[in-house]
Amino acid sequence: MSDWLKKFTNQPNSANEAKERLKLVLIHDRTDINPEVMEKLKDDLLKTISHHIAIEPESVTISMLHEGREQRLVADIPLKHYDRSKVG
Amino acid sequence: MTAKIITVTSGKGGVGKTTATANIAVALAQMGQRVVCLDADIGLRNLDVVLGLENRIVYDLVDVVEGRCRLKQAMIRDKRFDELHLIPAAQTRDKNAVSPSDMMKLGDELREEADWVIIDSPAGIERGFRNAIAPADEILVVTNPDVSAVRDADRIIGLIEAEQKEPAKLIINRMHPEMVQRGDMLDAEDVLELLAIKLIGIVPEDEHVIVSTNVGKPVVLEEKSMAGQAFRNISRRLMGDEVPLLNLEFKDDFLTKLSRIFK
Repeated sequence: MSDWLKKFTNQPNSANEAKERLKLVLIHDRTDINPEVMEKLKDDLLKTISHHIAIEPESVTISMLHEGREQRLVADIPLKHYDRSKVG
Repeated sequence: MTAKIITVTSGKGGVGKTTATANIAVALAQMGQRVVCLDADIGLRNLDVVLGLENRIVYDLVDVVEGRCRLKQAMIRDKRFDELHLIPAAQTRDKNAVSPSDMMKLGDELREEADWVIIDSPAGIERGFRNAIAPADEILVVTNPDVSAVRDADRIIGLIEAEQKEPAKLIINRMHPEMVQRGDMLDAEDVLELLAIKLIGIVPEDEHVIVSTNVGKPVVLEEKSMAGQAFRNISRRLMGDEVPLLNLEFKDDFLTKLSRIFK
């Protein structure tokens, strides 16, 4: 079926779906880190960091980035907004 | 001159390793190179039938390794090219009959006999695969543009990295240009992005491959076959030539042309 016809019938592009699924599968295959491990890691990290500084636990994201065949764990941890008006 | 040893492997079975091995070997022989093909798929030998040499087998790889014959006695000469030889796999033994160090030793002996040694690896990630890549100077990974073949290719590429070999190069086999065009098949760019390795060739799906396997005459000998052309190009790239990729653009009919306008 051609692309414009697909738009009308709302049929998904299966190649894109294959690519997205493969991206996730390959990350897990390469690192042996499954979603459950990631969640546990995230919880532990939050606990440890919260001991020292105030953070926004809901906005924390931890993700796997890949550059070529290298994998990198990237954590984005926003600090809690500090209200200066209440100081002093 | 000493041979370069190329191993063709894949992870998943049935993606076209043996077809690729046979065709690359024959294409190199066509260019006047001295080539020895080695079937390392012990117990599931097939390179002999793809090359049409199954009736000439006397000795095999395991006979050489276990010293029952000299290397030259196990080298079957091709019907078409005097400088193309096959060392068949043993059919009634298993992969444990040979070790990676046996393969290294055999590879070193073969270097003196040819310009190229092309090894057909078994599928999988076990002993047979390790045997096949042990003596390799260069490794070619064959995949198809589908989810399971790409996933298994990634595993194999990781294992090749772990062995500290040169980074493997990729052959994408059985590409359907018309399916890619309608968004129902991963295209070469997607596969390369996912696997993050260098490409050495894209081979289109081609009925000539089945016909040529039926008669034991590799498809590179078929002038008009697109797959044959793709394998000839891969062999030229191995020789160091800069060869542009085949134009696999699907021939547009009126409706697909019209649809492009609406894209």
